[in-house]
Amino acid sequence: MNDDLLSIKNLSTSFRISDQWYAAVDNLSLTVKRNEILAIVGESGSGKSALAFSIMGLHTRARMEGEIYYQGQNLAAMSPAELDRLRGNEISMIFQDPLSALNPLMIIGEQIEEVLLLHESKQTASPKKSRKHRKEQAIELLQKVGIPRPEHAYGQYPHELSGGMRQRVVIAIAIANQPKLLIADEPTTALDVTIQLQILELIRRLKEDMAAGIILITHDLGVVAEMADRVAVMYAGQIVEIASIYTLMKNAKHPYTRSLMSSLPTVNDEGAKLHVIHGVVPSLKHLPRQGCRFRSRIPWIDESKHEADPQLHEVEPGHYVRCTCYKDFHFLDY
Amino acid sequence: MWKTILRRLLIMIPQIILLSVLVFILAKSLPGDALTGMLDPSVDPSMLQEQREKLGLNNPWHIQYWDWITKAVQGDFGQSFRFKMPVMDLIGQRINNTIWLSLVTLVLTYLIAIPLGIISGRYHDTWGDRIITGYTYLGFAAPLFIFALLMLWIFGFHFQMFPTGGSVAPGLAPGTFDYMVSKIYHLLLPALSMALITTVSTVQYLRSEIIDIKQKDFVLLARAKGASESRVYTHHILRNSLLPIAAFFGFEITGLIGGTVFIEYIFSYPGMGQLFLNSILIRDFSVVTALVLLYGIASILGSLISDIILGIVDPRIRIK
Amino acid sequence: MALLEVRELKVHFPVYGGVFRRVIDRVKAVDGVSLNIEAGQTYGLVGESGSGKTTTGRAIIGLNPVTSGRILFQGEDIGDGMRRSRSRFRRDIQMIFQDPYSSLNPKKRVLDIVAEPLRNFERLSAAEEKRRVQELLAQVGLSAETIHKYPHEFSGGQRQRIGIARAIALKPRLIIADEPVSSLDVSVQAQVLNFMQDIQKELNLTYLFISHDLGIIRHMCDYIGIMYKGRHVEQGTTRDIFENPQHIYTKRLLAAIPDLDPKQREIRHRQRESVRLEYEEAYSRYFDDEGLACDLKPLSTTHFAALPERG
Repeated sequence: MNDDLLSIKNLSTSFRISDQWYAAVDNLSLTVKRNEILAIVGESGSGKSALAFSIMGLHTRARMEGEIYYQGQNLAAMSPAELDRLRGNEISMIFQDPLSALNPLMIIGEQIEEVLLLHESKQTASPKKSRKHRKEQAIELLQKVGIPRPEHAYGQYPHELSGGMRQRVVIAIAIANQPKLLIADEPTTALDVTIQLQILELIRRLKEDMAAGIILITHDLGVVAEMADRVAVMYAGQIVEIASIYTLMKNAKHPYTRSLMSSLPTVNDEGAKLHVIHGVVPSLKHLPRQGCRFRSRIPWIDESKHEADPQLHEVEPGHYVRCTCYKDFHFLDY
Repeated sequence: MWKTILRRLLIMIPQIILLSVLVFILAKSLPGDALTGMLDPSVDPSMLQEQREKLGLNNPWHIQYWDWITKAVQGDFGQSFRFKMPVMDLIGQRINNTIWLSLVTLVLTYLIAIPLGIISGRYHDTWGDRIITGYTYLGFAAPLFIFALLMLWIFGFHFQMFPTGGSVAPGLAPGTFDYMVSKIYHLLLPALSMALITTVSTVQYLRSEIIDIKQKDFVLLARAKGASESRVYTHHILRNSLLPIAAFFGFEITGLIGGTVFIEYIFSYPGMGQLFLNSILIRDFSVVTALVLLYGIASILGSLISDIILGIVDPRIRIK
Repeated sequence: MALLEVRELKVHFPVYGGVFRRVIDRVKAVDGVSLNIEAGQTYGLVGESGSGKTTTGRAIIGLNPVTSGRILFQGEDIGDGMRRSRSRFRRDIQMIFQDPYSSLNPKKRVLDIVAEPLRNFERLSAAEEKRRVQELLAQVGLSAETIHKYPHEFSGGQRQRIGIARAIALKPRLIIADEPVSSLDVSVQAQVLNFMQDIQKELNLTYLFISHDLGIIRHMCDYIGIMYKGRHVEQGTTRDIFENPQHIYTKRLLAAIPDLDPKQREIRHRQRESVRLEYEEAYSRYFDDEGLACDLKPLSTTHFAALPERG
């Protein structure tokens, strides 16, 4: 049996800006295996969240091309009703901002029960019995994600919980039906470090307990290093480098990946200058559509070193880098 | 919750006292007094003085205020000089008409606003939305009294579909079925005229709430749960966007007061609004002050109702 | 003498309740914080949300009322900003805010934003003012033509620079930076941090740097204070804190920092587990019933920790 849980082929997701379509995700292909955490790293505007939303079918005003195969079924070609059977059930998502991801007018319990109810098999016994069962399940889930006094939290409204607790509720909703594919979009960005650690532990345990495939979207290389099996680095709608975490941390090749790593304040550089990437991330409308997209950020590298139509090259088994410019890349200063 | 309501009720007391003082001072500072309109101009000035003294009109203002307010609390707002009857009885005859008119207008306002707002917000940037938004702009731009006159002329005079004045056809006995039907028939055109105009702000409000809410994360999360589009609307978007509309309910009452004054006058509908305008024109002060006070109290009650509704429906404000 | 000295600062917020909205409780946002910052240094205030770090910063600049305690700037009491006029100190202490998107008025041009403090404190002619603003923008690396633009025309990093230009317009001595890079992307973050270090040297600035990100704190700060529930749990040089943490809470925070070496995962996991166990086991000794830390005790001339009494 094929190990690929999700396989994205030539996906482009475009948004309309004053009568023109611009691709935020541009001809992207990747696979996620069972029992694997694939991290997608990039800064704002890299298209990483647009990718997550494309997989979940959450874009309302975007144009999507390409295929998204989940266990052989093309999600991109599904009707809303077919998609609704999978979403929240086999495929689910953890949202970034725990403060806005919960309905302020519904108690926590009701919000968890909703996802249980929507995917309940039809032959369940009496409605009364199944309601009681859902409540038990919801409380069990709250307990599982580490919320103290779950029976009490069940009846609380989102505003009565702290950010970390709300994020746990969001996770409880995401794992309620034991998904096979979980997309976590910046799950810990809004949280304090100690809470972040607990949430990451929780996600890791999910992988171990349910052998789920997890897409972890983040801008934090520290989180990536703690969590990921493989890493895809995105820049301007494309994957510029993809490799196993061990390879990437040791032997990153693409100029963007290397620049990102050297702009982090790390343990041994007290007082030293941080690396600054030249220029700014171009907006969606002004993305360079031809040639190497990172070209304008490393102007000291000769134009001839870039490919005309940069492709991903396999530089060692499982390690792909886009464009040939990495061969001649060097930092300008320091 | 009860504590909050109690606290708001306590705050109302100084508000109402302040209101009554203001109303009284305003009425007193207007030129002329109760006797000016009542008596023959050829009457001897010394007799006028005597009358004034007798009625207490020469007392310092705070004593006059005290006289007025102590009676007012007991429901005695004095006599109307025009109708020669107690103000309270006069208002009592008309208050029902105004309440019915307001009620029907409110119902119509929401009957128009909720579906239009939902269509406009859910399908925004479509032709349907553009037509509805166009209507709301027209509604904002058109003054109520001109629109009401237009309605009266078209449906009342031209097509003769509705009566053009009064609150009930003459000769019907109160309590009979025909009487009720006639009442409603008379109400319909004024209420509809007012509702069509006053509803536009609610339509706009609901539309922008829905557009705002539908891109919130919790709505996306609901979709990510596998909820169908209709469920997303009924369980998540509408619940949240109708909340501020519900809370606005109390303030609608304030808006209605202004509206009924014009509408009743234009449609010759015998309610408090019509009485109010007429009394101002003939300086029937005891009526005017009583009505202003009532309107003021209604406004204060309206905002209290808003607060209470919000406290009940919004768990974030709900006080334990 | 320290440039800024805070002694036993307390900021308590009243909680109102009941029919008559009387004060029924107090939230002790800051409860007895003392710190010294030497001129030209950077003091990092670290803590999780609700630790009182932001309230402390805002109390020093006068945005929050001080319940008790003293704030001395160059040895002089600047008192409670809510009551006393402090225009002299207002010039010397400035603030950089967390969110470059909401801390700049979107309806004002860059010229007006940067010139605002100048208009409050100095009488300049229009031409002089424009020249000063252009100088300041050049100092933060923005071109002179940008003065007629509006905030939305800039990227996040550039906006934060505009915020910094405004903060340094009056040549302050002390800048309170409240999570200045938290909302920025990694590469932009690097830019702003570098730049803050540059102007610190150039203008001999002193920073009170408030952040929850220990990596950034370590990179930027000479001296660090760790806060928990409105109180300091540990205070010391960067080296004291990172190499010789004494308080269980500090240890726990440090252990939670993500590590960049994926090979260390197992080891880190075990370390964290043991730190967590130690924390849970020792919690009742380190904190009182309300979860408040003990008083700080000196461990060396620079290093203080809220350790329980022995025995």
